[in-house]
Amino acid sequence: MLKDKDRIFKNLYGDDSFALSSALKRGDWNATDKILAKGKEWIISEIKNSELRGRGGAGFPTGVKWSFAPKNVQPNKPHYLIINADESEPGTCKDREILRNEPHKLLEGCLISSFAVGAKKCYIYIRGEYVREGEILQKAIDEAYENGLLGENAAKSGWSLDVYIHYGAGAYICGEETALLESLEGKRGLPRLKPPFPALIGLYGCPTIVNNVETVAVVPEILKRGAKWFSSFGRPKNRGTKIFCISGNVNNPCNVEETMSIPLKELVEEHAGGVVGGWENLQAVIPGGSSMPLLPKQICDKVLMDFDSLIEVESGLGTAGVVVINKDQDIVKCISRIARFYKHESCGQCTPCREGCGWMWRMLERINRGESNIEEIDMLMDVTKQIEGHTICAFGEGSAWPVQGLLRHFKAELIDKCENLGNRKIA
Amino acid sequence: MVKLKIDNKNIEVEPGTTILQACEIAGKEIPRFCYHEKLSIAGNCRMCLVEVSGSNKPVASCAMPAVDGQEIKTNSEMVKKAREGVMEFLLVNHPLDCPICDQGGECDLQDQAFNYGGGKSRYELNKRSVKEKNMGPLIKTHMNRCIHCTRCIRFAEEIAGVEELGAINRGENMEISTYLEKSVTSEFSANLIDLCPVGALTSKPYAFEARPWELKKTESVDVMDAIGSNIRIDSKGWEVKRILPKINEDINEEWISDKTRFSCDGLLNNRIDSPYIKINGKLTATSWGNAFEFIKSNVVNKKSFSGLIGQLVDVETTFAFKEFFKKVFNSNLIDFRQKNLFLKNSSLFHNIFNTPLNDIHNSDLILLIGANPRHEASILNLKIRKAIKVNQAKVFSIGNIPDQTYEVHHLGDNIEILNDIDSNNIDFSKVFYAAKKPIIIIGESVLNFKIGNFVIEKSKSILSKANNLSGFNILHQNASSVGSIILESYNNNFTNLLLSDVLFLLNADEVKIDKQSNQFIIYQGTHGGENASLADVVLPGAAFTEKEGIFVNLEGRPQLANKASYPPGNAKEDWKIIKALSDIFNKPLNFNSLEELREQMFDKYPILKDLDCLPTINYKDIKIEEVDKIEQNIKLQDFRYYKSNIIARQSNTMHECEKKIFKINQPSKN
Repeated sequence: MLKDKDRIFKNLYGDDSFALSSALKRGDWNATDKILAKGKEWIISEIKNSELRGRGGAGFPTGVKWSFAPKNVQPNKPHYLIINADESEPGTCKDREILRNEPHKLLEGCLISSFAVGAKKCYIYIRGEYVREGEILQKAIDEAYENGLLGENAAKSGWSLDVYIHYGAGAYICGEETALLESLEGKRGLPRLKPPFPALIGLYGCPTIVNNVETVAVVPEILKRGAKWFSSFGRPKNRGTKIFCISGNVNNPCNVEETMSIPLKELVEEHAGGVVGGWENLQAVIPGGSSMPLLPKQICDKVLMDFDSLIEVESGLGTAGVVVINKDQDIVKCISRIARFYKHESCGQCTPCREGCGWMWRMLERINRGESNIEEIDMLMDVTKQIEGHTICAFGEGSAWPVQGLLRHFKAELIDKCENLGNRKIA
Repeated sequence: MVKLKIDNKNIEVEPGTTILQACEIAGKEIPRFCYHEKLSIAGNCRMCLVEVSGSNKPVASCAMPAVDGQEIKTNSEMVKKAREGVMEFLLVNHPLDCPICDQGGECDLQDQAFNYGGGKSRYELNKRSVKEKNMGPLIKTHMNRCIHCTRCIRFAEEIAGVEELGAINRGENMEISTYLEKSVTSEFSANLIDLCPVGALTSKPYAFEARPWELKKTESVDVMDAIGSNIRIDSKGWEVKRILPKINEDINEEWISDKTRFSCDGLLNNRIDSPYIKINGKLTATSWGNAFEFIKSNVVNKKSFSGLIGQLVDVETTFAFKEFFKKVFNSNLIDFRQKNLFLKNSSLFHNIFNTPLNDIHNSDLILLIGANPRHEASILNLKIRKAIKVNQAKVFSIGNIPDQTYEVHHLGDNIEILNDIDSNNIDFSKVFYAAKKPIIIIGESVLNFKIGNFVIEKSKSILSKANNLSGFNILHQNASSVGSIILESYNNNFTNLLLSDVLFLLNADEVKIDKQSNQFIIYQGTHGGENASLADVVLPGAAFTEKEGIFVNLEGRPQLANKASYPPGNAKEDWKIIKALSDIFNKPLNFNSLEELREQMFDKYPILKDLDCLPTINYKDIKIEEVDKIEQNIKLQDFRYYKSNIIARQSNTMHECEKKIFKINQPSKN
């Protein structure tokens, strides 16, 4: 279990104020200029050494991403840093707490990251529903400007940075980095084709680095306490601490900062007060937000919460939004609800996702109502396979994986619904 | 060069080539819906997926650049499965209404479902239904059939320059729409019909007229403006059912304007299908023999003879007409101009577009003088748009012109500005002379007898100072203009021409005739317009789709229009009528076939012989005259795009368009 002294987000629960005065006491904005004075190469290599992986879901090594930005800034191609605060993944609310209670960690991280990638403008694309959080963040930005921590010669570092907030309009897909750029440019939030990647051609055609709120917010602490400290947590390649959001059928739903690679069972029992009805009443856990395949109890008994161990069991850490489902729930209905969410949020740009998401949802609903025959279960698997890997962005996977997880681990329930419900209806 | 392997075949391609293009070079067909050579890449249909070494999932070949050492498979199991999957998804919500769909037989979805689909649908749920959208009088919508490839949106935005189409809603509820369900206000709107790979956007006038396999397809040339767009005429029996673009990268690429495409129903209406003579003030149908005798008996005592050539006349007919006047009437009083139009001389330089159409996009400054390219020559406007897009060209105008779909800097209305540019008196001269390749486009609105010479000479002088005399361009409005100039079919005694004792109108419908009391008017043409009803004799001729003929476009490029249909009723091909008439007067023209006619014509005017070629012009020999300064405000002539010639005026479709779309032709405010 993570010791209090090793917690990065000391005010995660809002016990203290978000204001600058309190943040300074917690150590934010402390010696930021000295970090910048060590130069961008040092910052990037330190982040690489810390083995920090992106906290937004894909887990791409942050230091490596930063190193993709061109070394020299062309005069007509300014660099941009974009903070992805469009946290919309069902089951996830970690960025929200950072914005509410630790905005200065994020802003300090913005300054350091912008310096590392050569950006003088930083946009924070915030989920449209986070109105209050946006207001808090704006207050924090204003405070930072008033105290010389942002703007010209920010924090006396010699680097200038302007930070702007942009509110999204409520579309899940705008959390995808290229759709976010489109939306920021004022267009429909449709993901772009890759290549070119945003690091070279991003916002307004300029080099752009897009990072998650949590990723950027942990950067100052890593640099202050050293890459060694950060990488002392977790397993190789899955280092550091991470905020987990535990929800669903637990006695005490919560956000908690823990070490990477903590066993799932420990996480749920220690921090969330255990599964409602006891661990034996557990049916399945979605370990990383709604787009990750669920895990049945026998896997949950042993699995560790990090990127690689979850990939081994054909799931993923994603945003670390842990959704616990106990045996009181109809698992098919649960996944059907998720499928409906993805049907609703598909941007409609490319064919497999546009046409497939609705099809999957309707099939699950039919199975639920007992209107299907058994062959449709295999067909459903086929359809998920036809979506997965055939789309422009990762939404295809995100919509297909939950259904695949259901088919992989709970096929018996589906068969049962097809056979028994159907028979009952006829009788 | 990039070396890569496609289906185990080594090929080399230029850097920057996409995998899809590389596959085409290697002779491998890649199915696609959203990809189109002339539009930006969307990559959204996912039909062009191929397997690329090093990637564990299939890759959209239209958007992925070819890289050295890649190994690409276009027929592996992975690709086959991916295509079948995408095809199944496309068909999930596509109605099975092929039997009543106008796209049937020329439908990309139909063909590709046949070639790459799984053969069977597993989708048994209800299909989506989408409300039809109103896109104006030309485009019929069946939005149930839409596969959301967004070609139409990209065309409207990128090529036509009207941001009127877009997608509304999200996911499976996404719909393509004109935002407020208004007509698409572009004169290229109907190209959307060609671009749509399915039957979602089909042609309203052509709805349920024919199936593609029933149609006779003839390649030809358009005469609605002086561009000479290459077209394909689809006819069934006598009727021309529709006109489609034929690809010619030098001229129209693969677009045609709506007038070119849809005025063809004008060929069916109000046609003259028999000779008429006026008896007691009333035109009465008669035989060819009677009509000819009537002409012969009425012209015997007449003294002056003149002829007027219309705007849709091919050069063979013009040549025969000219020869006829010389031989039979002993007159050279013929002209192709139906308005006050100044001609410097018959040299090609002074009468054509010296900048080839496919070179306009390389220009970086375009000065319009009394020209409205959007309506006078729509294809030209696309080229100007291209120059703005690829070469950041700036467009300036003398004379206030309607919205051109791009930014035009209005320099003023006074023609004196040319003098100022010439003598470096205004700021704009610096801009002009700093340009690498400036061109000037002179419209017919300023080519009148009063200021025409001034405009031409000043433009030449300015361009020669900018070292680009080949940027001197005259924008003619009519398909017959340049051909008639080459044949020297004009006469500067224009006022006397209309007052002659015998006036022969050859398809001339644009001039208002004030008939003299003892004047005898012969009208030969296709449609019963005002001038036909004024005439004493009406001879039925053939429209451009009903005869073979050469038309010279505004670049001076002769092109052959082929015969797709035949003249209606008793109507005849025009040169035959003129030849027969000369026989009646016992002064027969000495050719008996179109080939003989052409031989004589080519002897005299060899430039017409080089079909599809641009003339060569020696810019060193161009002399520039000093001219006196003129101050005069110019005003553009009203140009009714949808009604600019007799065929278009007889077209119900064009009439609808004028009612619903033409309000855009208001002068812009800038």
